[in-house]
Amino acid sequence: MTSSGPTIVSLHGVGKTFESGTVALENFNLDVKEGEFVSLLGPSGCGKSTALRIIAGLSVPSHGSVNWAVGEETSAGRLGFVFQEPTLMPWANVAANVGLPFKLSRVAESYARECVDRALERVGLRSFAKAYPRELSGGMKMRVSIARALVAEPQVLLMDEPFAALDEITRFKLNNDLIALWQMLKRTVVFVTHSVFESVYLSQRIVVMTPRPGRVFVDIKIDAPYPRDERFRTSAEYGVLCRTVSEALGQATAEGGAS
Amino acid sequence: MSDRALRIVLPAVVLALGIVIWALVVRLNDIPPFVLPGPALVYTTLVHDWGLLADSLLVTLITTFEGFLLAAVGGVGLAVLFNQSRLVEYSFYPYAVMLQVTPIVAIAPLLLIYLPQPAAVLVCAWIVAFFPVLANTTLGLNSVDHNLIALFNLYGSSRMQTLWNLKLPSALPQILTGLRIAGGLSLIGAVVAEIAAGSAGAGSGLAYRIAESGYRLNIPRMFAALLLLSVAGIAIYFALSYITHLALRRWHESAIARER
Repeated sequence: MTSSGPTIVSLHGVGKTFESGTVALENFNLDVKEGEFVSLLGPSGCGKSTALRIIAGLSVPSHGSVNWAVGEETSAGRLGFVFQEPTLMPWANVAANVGLPFKLSRVAESYARECVDRALERVGLRSFAKAYPRELSGGMKMRVSIARALVAEPQVLLMDEPFAALDEITRFKLNNDLIALWQMLKRTVVFVTHSVFESVYLSQRIVVMTPRPGRVFVDIKIDAPYPRDERFRTSAEYGVLCRTVSEALGQATAEGGAS
Repeated sequence: MSDRALRIVLPAVVLALGIVIWALVVRLNDIPPFVLPGPALVYTTLVHDWGLLADSLLVTLITTFEGFLLAAVGGVGLAVLFNQSRLVEYSFYPYAVMLQVTPIVAIAPLLLIYLPQPAAVLVCAWIVAFFPVLANTTLGLNSVDHNLIALFNLYGSSRMQTLWNLKLPSALPQILTGLRIAGGLSLIGAVVAEIAAGSAGAGSGLAYRIAESGYRLNIPRMFAALLLLSVAGIAIYFALSYITHLALRRWHESAIARER
């Protein structure tokens, strides 16, 4: 799997100033290649979530432009989005939550049910289809959220610190599952995180951002081969990569703080 | 004894004690029935006048039910309208509040001048009952998870789809709270209007019976009618609580019994 595919979406000189006067992003440039796993890494308040919401079309940039490759417009079903919280509908059971994208785009029910079954199978929750969100653990809720994001087979999966609220054991497990899913489905993933270790473990490419205003500080390639597993997590190579990225993050934070 | 049994037994004991004390006070002080009838007399009156009182009860209950239905439809409908258009909300919300804070006792006589009595009674029941539905539904519709709204937008949901599949289900607990308050209030509204209309003499609801019995110094019948009104109010409350429980038991925190 390479990260040298054609560009699927690119952000040119994107800036975002909120009504309160906060400058979240300034002259932010990013090219996302088809099929790659790229992480946006930065301290909280560096605008990485804002950048993700702009890519999703949930937020409108104040300056600059977002360009999609031809035929890859942000129409419904093109994108999957996973929030920091599971963001499930508590009144609907797991199957109904996962099937939401189909319900809203009025897809035939039999086809939808098939896709929902497959999506639940992929995240290992097939037997929980009839359960309600409150009956699930935090990690299972997040799996449902991921299943919902993947159910319509989107071209791009956008994830906004999806595992930040989970305990470490669950987070490691979901990291592994996410890598497996990504390798199986070959979709583009843009992953926002403030964890150096998580970003190194998951990504092919890490975009380190400066805070206030958010800008790209450095773009780091992570060349370690997939599949990555627990052996990679404890390897010397991983340690070195983490140190490199950590230093870059430190410099980025210092620079942002100074300006 | 289990917590559940205590919850039933203790109020029952208090009720029994109250009735005994009431009976003793009346008997020992030789209080005449036109001042304070004893519980036994109230009971025999209830049985003896059942035909008359049951008819009146039915009239009052039908008014209450109609007022409640109008309040539910009107309250939820207005809240949805306000939620869809801020201009409509700004224009009309102050007047909804005004209707609520003006004492219904003061409005009822006016309504009775302009409307035929059954309609006036119904409007009274509606005025008192719709506001809690409106206020609670508005709160519910405004408390929807912002990320879920973003998700619906991402999947190209139409306004109607978002309303029907997200906002209304999300607001259901608050809507049901509003309805539970409205149930009791619509009974109060109906009674107030019947009392206000009492002297006009055209009515036949329970409140009208109370007023009429008062004029005739038929105090035992006043008590019997009052008892029926209380029981009706309690029945309405429990019925609505049960409906709330049925609707929310699968998913809402308020309806889930926690093990401690």
